[in-house]
Amino acid sequence: MNNMIVSVNPHIYAKDTTQTIMRDVLIALFPAVIASIVFFGVKALLVEVVCVATAMLCEWAFEKITKKPCTVMDLSAAVTGLILALNLPVDIPIWQAMFGSFVAIIVIKQFFGGIGQNFANPAITARVIMLVAFSGAMTTWAPAAFSNAPADAVTAATPLAIIASGEGELPTLAQMFLGARGGSMGETSCLALLLGGIYLIYRRVISWHTPVAFIGTVLVCTALLGQQPLYQVMAGGLFLGAFFMATDYTTSPPTPAGKLIFGVGCGLITVLIRVWGNFPEGVSFSILLMNILNPYICDWTKTKPFGGVQA
Amino acid sequence: MFSGKLHGIHAPHRKNTVDRVPVRLPVPPVITVPMSMNIGAPAKPVVKPGDEVKVGQMIAEAGGFMSAPIYSGVSGKVKRLDEIVSSNGRFDTVVVIETDGQQAVWEGVKPPVVTDKDSFVEAVRQCGCVGLGGAGFPTSVKLNVDPNRVHAIIINGAECEPYITSDTRTMIDNADDVIYGAQLLQKYYTAERIVIGIEDNKPQCVKIMEEAGKGVPGFEVAALPALYPQGGEKVLIYNTTGEIVPEGKLPIDVGAIVINCTTLAVIAKYIRTGMPLVEKVVTVDGSAVANPQNVIVPVGTPIQDVLNFVGLKCEPKKVLYGGPMMGTSVPSLEAPVMKNTNAVLAFDAKDAEDPVPSACIRCGRCVAHCPFNLMPAAIESAYNNKEPETLKALKVNLCMECGCCSFSCPARRPLVQVNKLAKAMLNQYNAEQKAAAEKKAAKEKEKEAV
Repeated sequence: MNNMIVSVNPHIYAKDTTQTIMRDVLIALFPAVIASIVFFGVKALLVEVVCVATAMLCEWAFEKITKKPCTVMDLSAAVTGLILALNLPVDIPIWQAMFGSFVAIIVIKQFFGGIGQNFANPAITARVIMLVAFSGAMTTWAPAAFSNAPADAVTAATPLAIIASGEGELPTLAQMFLGARGGSMGETSCLALLLGGIYLIYRRVISWHTPVAFIGTVLVCTALLGQQPLYQVMAGGLFLGAFFMATDYTTSPPTPAGKLIFGVGCGLITVLIRVWGNFPEGVSFSILLMNILNPYICDWTKTKPFGGVQA
Repeated sequence: MFSGKLHGIHAPHRKNTVDRVPVRLPVPPVITVPMSMNIGAPAKPVVKPGDEVKVGQMIAEAGGFMSAPIYSGVSGKVKRLDEIVSSNGRFDTVVVIETDGQQAVWEGVKPPVVTDKDSFVEAVRQCGCVGLGGAGFPTSVKLNVDPNRVHAIIINGAECEPYITSDTRTMIDNADDVIYGAQLLQKYYTAERIVIGIEDNKPQCVKIMEEAGKGVPGFEVAALPALYPQGGEKVLIYNTTGEIVPEGKLPIDVGAIVINCTTLAVIAKYIRTGMPLVEKVVTVDGSAVANPQNVIVPVGTPIQDVLNFVGLKCEPKKVLYGGPMMGTSVPSLEAPVMKNTNAVLAFDAKDAEDPVPSACIRCGRCVAHCPFNLMPAAIESAYNNKEPETLKALKVNLCMECGCCSFSCPARRPLVQVNKLAKAMLNQYNAEQKAAAEKKAAKEKEKEAV
């Protein structure tokens, strides 16, 4: 009778755990995975499997070597690996994809202290590093199935590149929405990403604030600048970024006000880069820059305690 | 100024015993009555070993202003006075009474004479009442205020903790006592409003109270959303009156008195019959309990007797006083039912297991669910870094320890647990700062004198 457990309240807990949250993100990414296979072939699945496996292996190995508790089963590394894969062109050399996963998990996540401690989103930072390191492979886009590309084409231009250069034929809005266009293998299908995003909002894994503020800002700004707003919103990695990367818990603010500021900031930087910058696309850079501002946004948007009196 | 809705959590209801009419526990062979059953000073025993006691007879007098007397819930003989370690880890004196099974009522039990507010407060004090919602705050102290300051009397029938239905049973079975209590409060405090706040998952209580309270001027029933912690004092005040109790102030500072519905029924019964607080309706439930039940037990009854009476499915691995959100776990089944015990919950090994915490993923759920808009994750890191100034800025002192943060944390961080420690750290820091300032002032005075 004296072996009863004595502990402090509460004695019951909500069902969600880190693992169920990450599992939900994987489920939400599933339509995008299907879309990537539909539009870019089985090679897409290979890159995705490689990235996820490398990410999980790196996490396991790092924690083994540094004698930290193993967090592979919380599935956060799998999420990072999959998001990175979806951000890559389908023809990326496998070793480069593995290198990207390694950078994301080891350098960006684990070197800064593991889950919850990194200041920047691992998948985005790894993608930006790869863009600099392998700029050729990272900007060579395979033509998507059901797109306008000629049957014998080996490469295709992304809609943003077409808009920026003024050369080439833009896909139809339906092609844009469904994903039959050039781009990273997981970013092209707005439909698939939207389904995943709605699932995450429904499951309360993310709130609507960041994606709506992000996409809304891009829509409004490009409309004001006369920059084909519907194409701008559906092109590039905006949906992938807005639903799955700008909403990363660790690197974005926790409060609704903070999320709105974060989303608007991401949208503004994206538009700045797309319209006036050297690169045709700016979603990754915008999220990365806002990641750096995140601590300040958190500071500005601290909650006001109920009944609190300022000293 | 703050406006909008307070946050909370959708805790599971698990009100399995709502239809269970309370049954009386057969008189236990021995009861153990602790002297610390209220916030404030423990009561002082007025009996000695060998004394005969009867039901309703005083066994301990109030140990000060912030205290309450204690009466026997059984007839029998005082066996001994003991020192025990109570569930909060402090030493406490207990009066052990061997029962005779007669349940003879003490001859001195007779209705008190109540003519005005002061005699009403005195009656409340004599009745031994403390906050029966769980807090155990001496009720007479709360009611000892200038009636002109009282604008709203709020009766707490929220019962927002999972499992517990003892207040629900009070509203169903003793509606007349609750209403009589409301009438007494109305008579002596003349508040503009008497509101009973009930979570809307208890429609039968809402209906009964609406029906019963028809003749009482200013009486109204507020059906509130079933969102834990609806029954938290400041939460209930805000949700019924819109008033915010500021930091460091009391409900009366915004013109409100909050009183639990069972507390009110006990007061009403005492004024009607003279029988003080000697027994409690306790909800007995949890995964280790075979037949969840509401049981009427004398204060001081060992938990073991209560659990044996309703029957156990398996050996309990964790037993709580009160609900699973704010209840305290008891170290042993010898622990007695106290005045403020409204439930005894026994859990099997699976439910008793403490979760294993993992790293914070900064999801912000602790912030999103805190009724008082605090930032538990930030408080945790400030506590771990030993930064009392940061804790002060984060207003950890406002935390009511409702447990919403820990409940909702997907990484199972012990957030409310750390909040408690952080409050202690801040209190100590404030005391040290004050002492240092006083010392400095004294020194300067000395210097001036020289």
